[in-house]
Amino acid sequence: MSEQSSVRLDGQGTAAEAVSDEVARSEEASILLDGQKVPFSEGQTIMDAAMAAGTYIPHLCHNPEFKPHGSCRVCTVTVNGRTAAACTMPAQNDQVVETSTEALQTERRRLLQMLFVEGNHVCPACEASGNCQLQAVAYYVGMLSPHYNHFYPQRPVDASHPDFFIDFNRCILCELCVRASRDMDGKDLFAISGRGINSRLVVNSPSGRLGDTDFHTGDKAAHVCPVGAILFKHQGYDKPIGERLYDRQPISEVGDARAAEQGDQSNE
Amino acid sequence: MSEKAKVATASLAGCFGCHMSLLDIDERLLDLIQVVEFDRMPLTDIKRVGRCDVGIIEGGVANAENVEVLRDFREHCKVLVAMGACAINGGIPAMRNQFELADCLTEAYVDGVGVDNPMIPNDPEIPLLLNKVHPIHEVVNVDYFLPGCPPAADAIWTFLNELLTGQPIALPYTQIHYD
Repeated sequence: MSEQSSVRLDGQGTAAEAVSDEVARSEEASILLDGQKVPFSEGQTIMDAAMAAGTYIPHLCHNPEFKPHGSCRVCTVTVNGRTAAACTMPAQNDQVVETSTEALQTERRRLLQMLFVEGNHVCPACEASGNCQLQAVAYYVGMLSPHYNHFYPQRPVDASHPDFFIDFNRCILCELCVRASRDMDGKDLFAISGRGINSRLVVNSPSGRLGDTDFHTGDKAAHVCPVGAILFKHQGYDKPIGERLYDRQPISEVGDARAAEQGDQSNE
Repeated sequence: MSEKAKVATASLAGCFGCHMSLLDIDERLLDLIQVVEFDRMPLTDIKRVGRCDVGIIEGGVANAENVEVLRDFREHCKVLVAMGACAINGGIPAMRNQFELADCLTEAYVDGVGVDNPMIPNDPEIPLLLNKVHPIHEVVNVDYFLPGCPPAADAIWTFLNELLTGQPIALPYTQIHYD
């Protein structure tokens, strides 16, 4: 009998503790991401909060080192029932955010398919294949076909620089190189010119060629391209098929291509 | 299934790499022929496709003969599958889409290094090239897509098993790749 009552007392104590924990937690601002409570701090976006919590939201133009751009729309989520880009949407207390619904995955698949057909993405002939974020996100959203008709645009390759190629066929206009060169390198070497389907990456030199700029291997802009548009010369196919970043595990587990590259470098 | 499923395959503007990958299922071919009867395919050397349950196409559409074979497959096959990068997005052959067809032919047969007796081939038996190379879904309706350059033998095996047993197609992560 006494044992029973002591058990009951213990039980009550635990319940009280749980309640006070609950109060403490609810004071911390949080969003509900696919039914999971995800805390955030003032000024964070939904993407920031999700990344901090280790929840993957597919994205291409977003890189946490840069100001959000919100252009690729691959990170589109629903916030209280309305669609928004997770990378630009500020997190607010008690937002109900959904990211892994079938409807959103289908929309992302369509976006990826449009990106694939509007450029020339020949994976078997691309050195970035296996380490490419466009490809990896397409795998993640289950893209098996391009669905649409291909544009096969005629775009040049700029091999004028001694250390880099720019293959404009593969550019997805994420503006990461634009942002890196402007905001971190202070060089302003890249920009997007034109509108709509005529938008294209341009190089800030009198000739328009990369070889006539002071672009350098140490520039941040040389290390942010999520696809195979800006490639280093004098190296290639370093890792055999089967050992590349996205060969064995999806991007939701191994993360962004360039972040992983930096991890590799710091290990060396 | 009491009767064997009839399966036909063809390589259009491809390199036969996908067919090699199909052969790479190795001894599982013996399991496959328990449930499958092959119609037109490179192994049987049958020239025209008959009524089939499944048609599998490797390669994109680069010339007039490719169009004819592809349309014939669509007409005769209940289920049409695009196998490999070229069938799905044109692949390596579609890299010529960056250039004018006349420039490609001139480079290969007239101005090319070491060309003897330069002339663009024009024998009537040679199928006429299309201006651009196209993936097969731009010409006919396609039911399934199996990416890869080539798709791994295991991916082909998984796909055929699921298709022939009426299951939804669900490939594990490591069996989906575009290269």
